[in-house]
Amino acid sequence: MTATLAPAKPEPGAAPPPTEEARRSVPRWVWALGVVVVWIVVYQLTKGNDTLTLPGRSHTDLHNSLTGFRDDVLSSRDTNPVIQFTYDLGSWFSSVVEWAQGLISIPDFPRPVPQIGWLGVLAIATWTGLALAGWRIALLIACSFLSFGLFGYWSASMDLLIVTLFSVLIAVVLGIPLAIWLGTSRSRFVVGAINTVLDFFQTMPTFVYLLPIVLFFGIGASSAVVCTFLYALPPIIRIAGHGIRNVPATTLEATDSAGQTGFQRLRKVQLPMARRTIVVGLNQTVMAALAMATLVGYIDGPGLGQEVLDALFKNDVGAGFVPGMLIVVMAVMLDRTTTAASEAPEKRIRSGTDPRRRRILLAVTGVLALVAVYLSRRTLDLAEFPETSWRATVADKVNSFEDWFIDTFGGATDWFKDTVSSLLLNPMQSLLAESPWYVAAAGIFGIAVALGGMRAVLPTLICLAGLRYFDLWHDAMITLNMTLVGTLLVMVLALVFGVWMARSPKADLVIRPLLDTGQTIPPFVYLIPILSLFDPTRFTAIVAGVVYAAPVAIKLVADGVKGVSPTTLEAARSTGSTTWQEITKVQLPMARGSIVLAANQGLLYVLSMAVIGGLVGGGALGYDVVLGFSRSEEWGKGAAAGISIVLIGIMLDRIARAAAHGDPVTRDPNKRRRWLAARV
Amino acid sequence: MRTRKLRTGLLAVGACVALTLAGCGDDSISKETKENEAKAADQGDCGEINMAVNPWVGYEASAYVVGTVVEQEIGCKVNYKDLKEDVSWQGFGTGEVDVVIEDWGHPDLEKKFFADQGDGTAMDFGENGNVGIIGWFVPPWLAEEHPDILDWENLNKYADEFKTSESGDKGQFLGSDPSYVQFDEAIISNLGLDFKVVFSGGEAASISAFEKAEKNHEWVIGYWWEPQWFNAKVPMQRVKLPPYEEGCQDDPAKVACDYPETPLKKIVSTSWVDEGGPGVELVKNFKWTNEDQNLVAKYITEDKMSAEDAAAKWVEDNPDKVEAWLP
Repeated sequence: MTATLAPAKPEPGAAPPPTEEARRSVPRWVWALGVVVVWIVVYQLTKGNDTLTLPGRSHTDLHNSLTGFRDDVLSSRDTNPVIQFTYDLGSWFSSVVEWAQGLISIPDFPRPVPQIGWLGVLAIATWTGLALAGWRIALLIACSFLSFGLFGYWSASMDLLIVTLFSVLIAVVLGIPLAIWLGTSRSRFVVGAINTVLDFFQTMPTFVYLLPIVLFFGIGASSAVVCTFLYALPPIIRIAGHGIRNVPATTLEATDSAGQTGFQRLRKVQLPMARRTIVVGLNQTVMAALAMATLVGYIDGPGLGQEVLDALFKNDVGAGFVPGMLIVVMAVMLDRTTTAASEAPEKRIRSGTDPRRRRILLAVTGVLALVAVYLSRRTLDLAEFPETSWRATVADKVNSFEDWFIDTFGGATDWFKDTVSSLLLNPMQSLLAESPWYVAAAGIFGIAVALGGMRAVLPTLICLAGLRYFDLWHDAMITLNMTLVGTLLVMVLALVFGVWMARSPKADLVIRPLLDTGQTIPPFVYLIPILSLFDPTRFTAIVAGVVYAAPVAIKLVADGVKGVSPTTLEAARSTGSTTWQEITKVQLPMARGSIVLAANQGLLYVLSMAVIGGLVGGGALGYDVVLGFSRSEEWGKGAAAGISIVLIGIMLDRIARAAAHGDPVTRDPNKRRRWLAARV
Repeated sequence: MRTRKLRTGLLAVGACVALTLAGCGDDSISKETKENEAKAADQGDCGEINMAVNPWVGYEASAYVVGTVVEQEIGCKVNYKDLKEDVSWQGFGTGEVDVVIEDWGHPDLEKKFFADQGDGTAMDFGENGNVGIIGWFVPPWLAEEHPDILDWENLNKYADEFKTSESGDKGQFLGSDPSYVQFDEAIISNLGLDFKVVFSGGEAASISAFEKAEKNHEWVIGYWWEPQWFNAKVPMQRVKLPPYEEGCQDDPAKVACDYPETPLKKIVSTSWVDEGGPGVELVKNFKWTNEDQNLVAKYITEDKMSAEDAAAKWVEDNPDKVEAWLP
């Protein structure tokens, strides 16, 4: 019974020493290291037993019963009142989208073109930008819309815009009341429950619920809208709720003393004061909605995502790059517009713009826009965007660049991949996945307790039990390992680039747009190039995760280091410390809260790419999810894998939070705004 | 105040230009609208066909060729829907999908949707003439330099060469896209081969691996198939396994034989067939060869034509074959 031995040793670390001094005497990481050492010893004696390995195409009774549940729902679809209702709702969604498509994106028969042609749409969008946020934004919008047309994706871009805006609208309508509930509830239970449900939705791989949603809402635009708003809903609830909760208590007390009702307090004090945060939530919701653009292409969701997928099937990097970049353009456009629009009224008041002059300006430009609409309804060339060769040119350039890049760096990348695999990936995987499951569970539990103390006990136990229950333990350990290695690489990048950006405004200026792109470009665009560099391997899967997760972590570290007070830095300089000392002794320790947060975010973002990793040779849970999505009889296994990913995510998050809780730097709630900080 | 004057002036100029343009813009759209209306009245109503487009190029080729003929010859409207296989089958019952033009065999879906065991919303509409050949393949350079590798009995000799960072101390066998029926894990263990299956996870990943292997003369063996556009670019060579015999794949754990040749089928919505019409007959008649499909697939991938253009070109070049499908 080595199982009971394993956790026995680290037990002393489990109960955190009562005083700060005692804790300082033996740092927590020493306890964690102790657990690892014990684990390695036990592993040597027991490896290969009870690893619960399940071959790629096998499933267990539990998986079959999940599949059976899906089959029951499917066969009841003609009589099930819930499905009847959701189906009607779905066809309403579809008809709204179709109406909007006939208006601006696809020919509205018998017209050869949509009701409003490109010139009209461009003019209205630009005018809206002008009215909401001023000239600069109007110019940005005009350029963005022109690029949609010039690259030959006018109609697909309009489709994406329709689905995105409609989904975001629904997310806002449903999300704001929930955010108010989250922000004003005094019950810790309600807050905890809402947060856990949101965690679930944000970590559950979309591939798992794509098929059930189609079952309930039908194929095409309807399900695309539902998938998109479900994924886009959590950020606005979380962030807006956070904003409402954080309105200073003194302000509330002061206004309460004037005898206001609860509703008045909400409407006159809490919502207005939380406005900036609510807008950040809205931004995040828009970004999340765009992140779904590609996946809904699998269920005939209209938009640019279909074009990206289509290029992927042909292994044509250039052809996927163009629509992928247009998604980035749309993300940047919407992000900057919402932000500027929320600041515009205040700015106008401050700069003392004459409201009458503004009204005249808007009226005149509005008339111009209407003229453009009229023209675009009459003349073919102003309705249908003229064809250009831009798309083909850029696609060819990208393809030849990719060829050159791979020819030049192919050899070096192989070496890098093999080194990381043999020195880091394989030994860690052996420990996690080749230990008997109970030894691995005990080891993980021991580390969690050593790092997080009592707070980590319950969540870790629940998640480990859940992982065992869903019968994919071995795959879960492999995925966990890839996530940890990926996070390690992310943190190396985050520290190097974060510090560089914080210390050099020029570097910041150049790198930041690249980070924005890395975060919003659909991963499907860069899968082929990294496959060509690293073959279908776990390492490729990790690289995909790192590309997606590194931007968030780099930004967090950069902002944290930048936030270190200049006077402290001056003081260090006056004592004659070198640059290296300045970074390692002052900046990094003082930005510790941000670095912990970056690691936490990095973990979750890397994990969220597990399924994409399954598409490029990552195997394990990611592959199981893709398998469940692809073969009807394996759906149950895919669902179990999806839930396992959620459990890993929640477990890592709770351990990290528990670990950060004991940390005086991160105890400050402002430093722990995870969804705020993750903003694009 | 100067800026204000300037701005008003600019606006006035802009308004004048716009109004002039409004006078000039020709009325080309309403003309075409009238033409469309007239055309629609002439043709009568053939209805619409919802054609699932599953995510691989060969399928796209078949779907668009059928769609093009339907639109050109009988004037029905075709709605192409980009869908995965499982989603397509779910759509038969709701009227969202009428035709799946290339099916590689989905016993579990047949059980759910065919009349004998399931709800009867879908039905088998016969073979489409394409034959799926599934098996173990190596890149051409390998077959040329080590011709004996094309027999499974010699694979263990080379197992070491196939080692990668993923396969530990065994050779790597590249499993493929999860959408396909695969028994490779069983075949390897039942034939006593020193290989480990590593799933590439997708068609794109397998293609990248094979392409790179051919270019850099790397050792790769994996699950692959035909018809497939990539074979025109890199003609993958098939490794001989113990031949397929009836029933040798019935128990998934005991499989030790090659994959059978799979005649690809058309699957259609029962209610759509019941409605009848020229579109139904055309889909019923549609049949072509692997060479035909590979040619259209080549137009799409190598020549970078859109699926519509590629299909139209093939239809124009092959009037006799198209003639045979017409109702």
